Amino acid sequence: MAKKDAPPRWDRRMQQRLARGEAAALGELYDRFASLVHGLAHTVLGDERAADTITREVFAHVWEHPDTYDPKQGPLRSWVATLTHRLAVQRLRATETAALAQGGHGTTEELERKVRHASVAARADYIVQAMPVPLRAALEQAYFQRRDYRQTATDLGVTEDEARRRLRLGLQLLSTAHDADAPPGYGGAV
Amino acid sequence: MTDAGRFEAYDEHEEEGEPKEEQGYEGQDGPEKGDKDASVSDSGGSGKGYGSGPRPDPEEPPRIPLPRASVEDTGRPLPDLVTDPVPLVLEHLVLKSLLGAWALAACSPEETLAVETHLGGCGSCADEALRLREAVGLLHKAESLDLDPALRTRVLESCLERRPPRIPVPGWAAAYDAETARLDALLQDFGDAEWHAPVRLRWFRADEATSRRTTVAGVIAHLLTVDGLAAIALGLDDPLGDVEADRPTPSARTEAYWRASHFPPNRSVRAPWREQSHDLVRTVSFTGGQAGGMTVSYGDFELPLHDAMLDRAFECWVHAEDIAEAVDYPYTLPSARHLHDMIDLGARMLPGALARRRRNGLASPRHGRHLGLAGGPGRSVRLEIEGSGGGEWLIPLDSPAAVGSAEHEVAHVALDGVEFCRLAAGHVSPTEAAAGQVGDREAIRDVLFSVASLSRM
Repeated sequence: MAKKDAPPRWDRRMQQRLARGEAAALGELYDRFASLVHGLAHTVLGDERAADTITREVFAHVWEHPDTYDPKQGPLRSWVATLTHRLAVQRLRATETAALAQGGHGTTEELERKVRHASVAARADYIVQAMPVPLRAALEQAYFQRRDYRQTATDLGVTEDEARRRLRLGLQLLSTAHDADAPPGYGGAV
Repeated sequence: MTDAGRFEAYDEHEEEGEPKEEQGYEGQDGPEKGDKDASVSDSGGSGKGYGSGPRPDPEEPPRIPLPRASVEDTGRPLPDLVTDPVPLVLEHLVLKSLLGAWALAACSPEETLAVETHLGGCGSCADEALRLREAVGLLHKAESLDLDPALRTRVLESCLERRPPRIPVPGWAAAYDAETARLDALLQDFGDAEWHAPVRLRWFRADEATSRRTTVAGVIAHLLTVDGLAAIALGLDDPLGDVEADRPTPSARTEAYWRASHFPPNRSVRAPWREQSHDLVRTVSFTGGQAGGMTVSYGDFELPLHDAMLDRAFECWVHAEDIAEAVDYPYTLPSARHLHDMIDLGARMLPGALARRRRNGLASPRHGRHLGLAGGPGRSVRLEIEGSGGGEWLIPLDSPAAVGSAEHEVAHVALDGVEFCRLAAGHVSPTEAAAGQVGDREAIRDVLFSVASLSRM
């Protein structure tokens, strides 16, 4: 849920409360980030139960090691997303490798391709969620509602120039999902 | 083509802006290693996979259309878009600005043609065009990710096992924590239609079913204002702010809040409700296990803080069911442990409710023999709750001060746990509640009507 509290302040306070061992803070952390964490894990792993497991691991990690987050390095949300991404990709690689070792079909290259594909897809989902609302709204109209950019401009009450700008900028942000194999660029996209 | 092909193609031009000799356009039919070959080899570009519109011939220099008078300047009606696109002449910057819309196929046919013609001759635009079109491939309908509400409890429990909290959420606040989280998850994807869906709040007053019409947002406002009673007791801000309620009761506060807003409540009520519920859980965590002897005033009566938090959990669940029903969503029961705590609260409140009904002349008079002196055994009804969260309670009939006694049991009433809760919420009538009954009819009737009298707006 979008709170108006300035993020850095909320993030710092959350970290302090977690460090202090406040169970209520853990609940709030879950309420704010669970759908992000579960969604990203699900995109990477494509499996509900595996995503549940990653969700448990991510929150356990934050709860057990709140000091590993440094507010100066960026928002807590990005950090949680990066952590989720790392754990989910690790798990995907581990399960695929195990399947391969047990005589499953495919090659190591295919495995890497699959991992990479999942990784990009997860980053893309995150970028869409995290991008400024006006950009996301423009993409929503043009892509999902199949409106052309003039209709999009009308729908959003902006000029045609602005609609074109938003569509282009939104896609530019999204295209960074392909960048940087590691570490995932959850901080830099927006 | 394969994904690998796409990623490789992509990797070749991570630097933006510089035209590259070889562009891995999305070769849709190229063999795995053939992407580059299948794409353009000169600085022009037929660009496989560019989609709509006629493609310029790669053998010829990029076609530069002649200027034409715009039909918009002639005052005549614009031609139908179905006709063949007429090439437009647009400046580089305009064409560049169109790339996003082009990648999304959100341009007019004329613009599409102009962009595609331009891409043949402009490396930097072609580069970006490819990048943006690949980005479009990453868009997809967000799956409706309804998180399993039970996952929250599982995740939090496993965390707390690994590192026990120094400041735990008290057991008596756990149901409130869980129920508010469940309701918030239900609200997650609500659009305006859901927020304004009509809801009828139902409860019993003086043995009569009564109701009040509101909306989903109105229900959340109701929860906000009544949870506010606990907030006030804990020294937090009153969500009513400057709004004056006639009386400090749940219904008067709710009506005052509804009246004071210039517009009907809408989705904006969710954030303050959720923030307050988080604040309550956080704050009660610091009161210690016994709630520090604090009480919450409901205007007409008081509850100890720990019971008030159970009461708020119960109300949250009941109204979440009202909301779910109004928008036709499924909603599950609270966990057995929380349900049991809520039923236990209801059972403990029954002797007081019986006394109140009797004072109001609604219940049968006390019976002389076992008045149930304070702390002593009294005439009792055995309340057996079956199913999830169930148990057995002995309800003293004649005095809240008496102790329920198996020896003085005059009747036995059995209800399903959920049925008991619906009765206590005022959602089923005491005469219609499915209850197994043995013994003193009058005593059972008093008990069932007293359960219903626990309900309020």
